[in-house]
Amino acid sequence: MTLNMFVQHTVNALGLGSLYGLIAIGYTMVYGILRLINFAHGDIFMLGAYFVFFTTIQFKLPWELGVAIAILGATICGLLVDRIAYRPLRSAPRISALISAIGVSFFLENLATVVFTGMPRAVVQPPWLMRPILLGEVRLVPLGIMVPVISFVLVALLLWIVYKTKPGLAMRSISFDIETTRLMGVSVDKIIALTFALGSALAALAGIMWALRYPRVEPFMGVFPGFKAFIAAVFGGIGSIPGAMVGGVILGFVEIMSIAFFPTLSGYKDAFAFILLIIILLVRPTGLMGEKLEEKI
Amino acid sequence: MNKKTRNFILNAIALAALVAFLAWAPANLDRYRLRIINLIAINAILGLSLNLIYGMTGMFSLGHAGFMAIGAYVSALLILTAEQKTAMWILEPIMPWLLPLHTPFIVSLIAAGLVAAFFGLLIALPVLRLGGDYLGIATLGFAEIIRILIVNLTPVTNGSLGLKGIPAHTDLWMSYGCLFVVLIFMIRLMKSNFGNVLRAVRDDEIAARTMGINTFRTRVLAFTIGSFGGGLGGALMGNLITAIDPKMFMITQTYSLLMIVVVGGLGSITGSIIGAVLITTMLEWLRIVENPLTIGSFHIPGIPGMRMVIFSVLLILVIIFRREGIMGTREFSWDWFFPKEKNDKKGKREISAKEGGDVR
Amino acid sequence: MRKLLTGMMICLLAAGASYGADDVIKIGFFNCLTGQNAFGGQLELEGAELAHAEIPEVLGKKIELIVVDNKSDKVEAANAVTRLIDRDKVNAIIGTYGSSLAIAGGEVAETAGIPVMGTSCTNPLVTLHKRFYFRACFIDPFQGSGAATYAIRSLGFKKAAILTDVANDYSVGLSSFFKQAFSKLGGQVVSEMRYQSGDQDFTAQLTEIISKKPDIVFLPAYFSEGAIILKQAKELGATFRFMGGDAMDNPEVVTLGGEAVEGFMHTTFAYDPSMKDMNPVAQNFTEKWKKAHPNKDPNVNAALGYDAYILIADAIRRAGSADPAHIRDALEQTKDVPTVTGITTMNATHDAEKELGIVEIRNGKKLFIGTIKPEV
Repeated sequence: MTLNMFVQHTVNALGLGSLYGLIAIGYTMVYGILRLINFAHGDIFMLGAYFVFFTTIQFKLPWELGVAIAILGATICGLLVDRIAYRPLRSAPRISALISAIGVSFFLENLATVVFTGMPRAVVQPPWLMRPILLGEVRLVPLGIMVPVISFVLVALLLWIVYKTKPGLAMRSISFDIETTRLMGVSVDKIIALTFALGSALAALAGIMWALRYPRVEPFMGVFPGFKAFIAAVFGGIGSIPGAMVGGVILGFVEIMSIAFFPTLSGYKDAFAFILLIIILLVRPTGLMGEKLEEKI
Repeated sequence: MNKKTRNFILNAIALAALVAFLAWAPANLDRYRLRIINLIAINAILGLSLNLIYGMTGMFSLGHAGFMAIGAYVSALLILTAEQKTAMWILEPIMPWLLPLHTPFIVSLIAAGLVAAFFGLLIALPVLRLGGDYLGIATLGFAEIIRILIVNLTPVTNGSLGLKGIPAHTDLWMSYGCLFVVLIFMIRLMKSNFGNVLRAVRDDEIAARTMGINTFRTRVLAFTIGSFGGGLGGALMGNLITAIDPKMFMITQTYSLLMIVVVGGLGSITGSIIGAVLITTMLEWLRIVENPLTIGSFHIPGIPGMRMVIFSVLLILVIIFRREGIMGTREFSWDWFFPKEKNDKKGKREISAKEGGDVR
Repeated sequence: MRKLLTGMMICLLAAGASYGADDVIKIGFFNCLTGQNAFGGQLELEGAELAHAEIPEVLGKKIELIVVDNKSDKVEAANAVTRLIDRDKVNAIIGTYGSSLAIAGGEVAETAGIPVMGTSCTNPLVTLHKRFYFRACFIDPFQGSGAATYAIRSLGFKKAAILTDVANDYSVGLSSFFKQAFSKLGGQVVSEMRYQSGDQDFTAQLTEIISKKPDIVFLPAYFSEGAIILKQAKELGATFRFMGGDAMDNPEVVTLGGEAVEGFMHTTFAYDPSMKDMNPVAQNFTEKWKKAHPNKDPNVNAALGYDAYILIADAIRRAGSADPAHIRDALEQTKDVPTVTGITTMNATHDAEKELGIVEIRNGKKLFIGTIKPEV
């Protein structure tokens, strides 16, 4: 493999991985607090992409407004999902909430099929985002640079919220011990809602960038990225925000580099990712950056 | 008449009624209904085996579709004739050692279960050291790896083209016979001391360990038995549909089994049966909403996708309003139909209500 | 005669001899109206509905078209066909997009003895050893060989790469047949890359292919994935041409792919609204379609849905009876029936023998180039 090709693969991997990371953050935040795998997260991602498609392409709103509406819309959907399908089950066995999450995921996907039809829609990429930049033989488009940069900025912003603000403190406290936090006078439901709102907003942003990068929207577009992002969250250590981003980037590299180094095995691409996942789980059951869980007796 | 004889007689009557139904049904019901009745039995077998792993022993497994795939392929490869095999592998020639394999259906069923159990054991040894959701994720990864292997190993599995022309061996007698065997096995198992050990491991692993139970070995054993059931169910499914391909064994397949188990009630044998009946028939019955409707002169065209929308709403409602599932951890008992005799049952009820509490 | 008798016996045994009311002939239609392949199934349904509107009755009896969704899922496909046969008591069935679905449904129809006319299920396995399955389309070996012939003979390309969806039977089959034919004709396959349905990032595979400098890349994808792959290839600076199969024949390819699909070629059935010398059936179909769907161009799926219906109606007319066994025998005798996608003759393996067309996208529009004769 030439150096040029390697650099090209690296650029590709970074673009894909940072999007996985961005979606993974939503999983990791909710899991950190509620110990719930929010299967509907990938579908909130899909809704974000659809909203931006309708606002900017169907109704021709200026893109700033369109993006804002899409984020707002997805956030509201995320909050509704929590309010309707998860909150009544806070004290229930965790599996009930998980089944509820699967139900919500089915619901959103099929509702999208009913409302938007199953036909994939084309997303028009703004030409200035796609003008190629040549670095030697490596080809870049501005979008390819923007996606990782925006992702990392968003993660930095989120880390600031979680580690430097009061609601962030409450979030961390809830993930540590929900009952004690309640006793301390924190409105637990509000903080959980805030978590869902932040996670959904990030999913919507990821959905928007995804739709620009892989320019089409369809009702089931969230299934595979959601699945992968969830694995990325586990990779990085579920519950850890920087871990989710790191996990996402690693997954992006595994997927791209497995093809780059073993082109004849490209059909096994996902198997590589899963084998690595199982190995990581066995060596470090809580992921790369996850905190060690003490078993409560 | 004491209760034991009464229950024995009632069981015998129920069994006779079932046998009578099975004898009556093939000639009197259309194939569509028969297929659904068959599917119910298969889903019940799969639900029971997943319930053994998850509900009874507390191991969150998302790998059942993988075991089903193994079972379905093993059984199909053993039943298909050499002639069929040569004709079907149109892309790459089949591995020569697969050609002469040809066994009766029953043998293929057992082989399907055994191979699935072997893989179950293989995966259990490393991953069962993980707990909780991590176990779920690892088993899910395993199921996906199985699917990817099936897709890519064309000389063995015919890749994404799948296998077809599998003789339709799964009739009512076969599927309900298997269900009966699995059911008896499960009831026996859960009533035995091993059943108590399983519950102990589920409810408090650390306490079980301090009592001298080898929890790891117990979990591995339960997981292996459960994967046998998965393979068996997959094989029956393949012989019902008569054509299989890797797409049938995606994660959604595991989800629907999980729904059956959870809606029925985790840890309840009766629950898994009820869940299988309910989810299978519901999915079929809801087809109505996708058909075009004409009321008087008003015509509503069918809305594709509506069925799953309604199904998912119903699912969410069931879970929200009956969070332990329909049965919780309770089991069916003939006592339900008889007035309480003095005070003998009361104490037991309370205990079982307590048991229904926390399932991790 | 014996064949006919056994056919009738099977029917009588299977369905209890009652096929709806005497004055109605029921044709079932099972296809992917939801799920992954909904785009193809919907178009085929619209095509069949158009044909139904045109030929609402045959032998003086009304035809009822009963539509069932198979959700792009195999188990559901088998259920759907069972339902059509047992509940609705259909005389014949049309369907479906997606060969694996056709295979699952076909097994049910075979045991019940109800004839099925496949729409766009092009995998050879669909009709293999089947007495009751027919199809209105040609099969993948024919198409793969045609694509290779065109690439080598007409375009003079010698080095090809192949990008396959390994989880998709259609894609895997077509790739394999293309590869065989391309090598036989003296070409060289320099790279074979794979992806899985549902993938959305193809940059790794494309970067790899670009480094091998092929003249042409064979891409037997479904249109939605195909368009995205073409876009990513352009972004990565690919300069070679791409060629696909009939699954890329969808008006949305241009919408989804934009400028990136310029110069893309694909094999397809000998019908396209851009065709110059259309046969009368195709002309009529195009006119009727434009009236019914003013904002949507017809494509081969719509045409095949229409053709499948016409072929069944034609068989019923020739059989002079709506008995499934008679329809089956008549279908087997189908010869030189004019359909939208050319003159159709059913061959010994129940596959339609018809011409293979080639389409190229120029200036954002599909252009029908002509027909090809596969050499191997």
